[in-house]
Amino acid sequence: MNTAANPWLSHTAVIEEIRPEIESVATLILRLEDSNLAGSYRFSPGQFNMLYVPGCGEVAISMSGPATDNGHRITHTIRTVGRVTQAIEQLGVGEMIGVRGPMGTPWPIESLHDRDVVLVSGGLGMAPLRPVIYALMEEPKRFGRRTLLYGARSPDLILYADEIDSWRESGIDVHITVDRATDDWHGHVGTVHLLIDRLASIDPSRTAMFACGPEIMMHFSAKSGLARGLARESIWLSMERNMQCAFGMCGHCQWGSHFVCRTGPVLRYDTAEPFLTVRDL
Amino acid sequence: MADDTEKLWWIDREGLQKLIDYLAKQGHDIVGPRIDQGAIVYDSIRRVDELPRGWTDDSQPGVYRLQPRSDQEHFGFNVGPHSWKKYLFPPLTEVMRSRRTSDGWTMQAPDVESPRYAFLGVRACELAAIAVQDQVFVNGQTQDPLYQLRRSQLFIIAVNCTQAAATCFCTSMGTGPECEKGFDLALTEIENGFLLAIGSEAGRKAADAIPKRIALSDESQSGQQRRHRAREQITRKLDTDGIRDRLLARLDHPHWDDVASRCLSCANCTLVCPTCFCHSVDEVHHLTDDEIVRNRRWDSCFNVDFSHVAGGSVRDTTRARYRQWLTHKLATWIDQFGTSGCVGCGRCIAWCPVGIDLTQEVATLCGGNAP
Repeated sequence: MNTAANPWLSHTAVIEEIRPEIESVATLILRLEDSNLAGSYRFSPGQFNMLYVPGCGEVAISMSGPATDNGHRITHTIRTVGRVTQAIEQLGVGEMIGVRGPMGTPWPIESLHDRDVVLVSGGLGMAPLRPVIYALMEEPKRFGRRTLLYGARSPDLILYADEIDSWRESGIDVHITVDRATDDWHGHVGTVHLLIDRLASIDPSRTAMFACGPEIMMHFSAKSGLARGLARESIWLSMERNMQCAFGMCGHCQWGSHFVCRTGPVLRYDTAEPFLTVRDL
Repeated sequence: MADDTEKLWWIDREGLQKLIDYLAKQGHDIVGPRIDQGAIVYDSIRRVDELPRGWTDDSQPGVYRLQPRSDQEHFGFNVGPHSWKKYLFPPLTEVMRSRRTSDGWTMQAPDVESPRYAFLGVRACELAAIAVQDQVFVNGQTQDPLYQLRRSQLFIIAVNCTQAAATCFCTSMGTGPECEKGFDLALTEIENGFLLAIGSEAGRKAADAIPKRIALSDESQSGQQRRHRAREQITRKLDTDGIRDRLLARLDHPHWDDVASRCLSCANCTLVCPTCFCHSVDEVHHLTDDEIVRNRRWDSCFNVDFSHVAGGSVRDTTRARYRQWLTHKLATWIDQFGTSGCVGCGRCIAWCPVGIDLTQEVATLCGGNAP
């Protein structure tokens, strides 16, 4: 029997590098052990892998590195928050982890060509958007105005803070806001959707928005986008749900009509809106 | 072939035994209805006299009882707590295994092997349920290897219902009571034996191997009358007209609280449902921790940890979980798979310990305007 096509099979990968980020967040660089597999592995920004710690279980984590990487270098930024991520935190460089992916829908970067783009990120929502930033940096001429609005809880919780200057240098307009300012903070204070309201000028007919962060933050970001005249079809969100199979069979990630693992995680706002306001759906 | 499929044959009890023998000789494991612990369940069958001859089942909301029949019919009942999904989508299956090595782990998926099943006694609603699960496990972007293998090797002997239970509503769901497609052979039990219809090439080969004759016209007529009787006996109704939009317009209806006050969130309905497919994966450790098996097992959207994410459970109330089950089954399933998730078998009504009847709940929810 052909077991190669078994969708449940995880592939061993070696942890090549661990980079501590903000509190309880680290970025892991993985290399698939099977070099043929590593060479053919490709992902698109917004997609995720199921990372597996034998004896503990799997967790869905988005890729946070450039989509030009292959399976010799798979980047994940992980917050230690649950059982599996706690087990991952215990692993060191050279240790092994299972990888199943890539899974799910990507951000529709192709649809951004010649358009203005506003990325809206809340907290760790920056991680699934970072591959988009790299793509925007790679081919700046293919896009119109590029803006990143980024909200963090406090200045010390700004993810990838050491990279932001290079994003600005490449021409991306970066605005950062924090929920709780410190004495040395001179930037915006408040929730990130307010930055959408405050954007100096926006041409809604040629602007697309990608939002990623807590559900409530994406909800209000979409509302602000609509208020600025964006079409529902120009706004995209990335949802999070319990995922076990990651290919639309186990049922855990259902959200209204969606299997978040298969029709998402990246969803066009008009397909998410009917469910976004229903409590406990 | 074309001629054969049009013809209606007649076989007797002996012929049915010969059919079982033929399929066994072809390497099939035959499973069919048997009595076990006061219920008609599906299990291995090798002899016709293992069938629940002379028994029927009484199904009502929250009620399932076996009762003796006044005659000696072999298939004079409807559906019990089992469905065929336990063979095509087994309750517990290994999906992956990791072994510790000197420098880490090796990970392997199990070889996909399976008995070749022949199902005896599949009702029209159950044929529909198998077609619904085909959509989930093999007709999408990803195929489940075990389901795919078992399904491709499957031989189906359908049985037309000649009576209906109080819980049946296949006529509302457009799935029965007559078996129209999706079988290799179909039987209708009549006074002096069985009418046999052929539905596939494999079915024709099997029919060729057993003693049979063309059905007489009064035998065919008797079969027709009996199938008609089953249809006439179905009184339960579910209004499916625009049901997707009607239910999704009522996600905040106060009646969900009313159902939640009765629902025990016990998951019985999802386990007896022939289409419910949700499952979880468990890690099973070898004692030495050198070998870890990942097992897939049936799960239910009624379990509180089903929707657990790092921040907690998304659906932590019975109201939210019942709403998820009902609206998935009858509404969003249509978006996902192009078909309703309900085939009208009525199992969830009979096996609900408090007798919650989804047809009643839908009628209450959808009666009147959306709030």
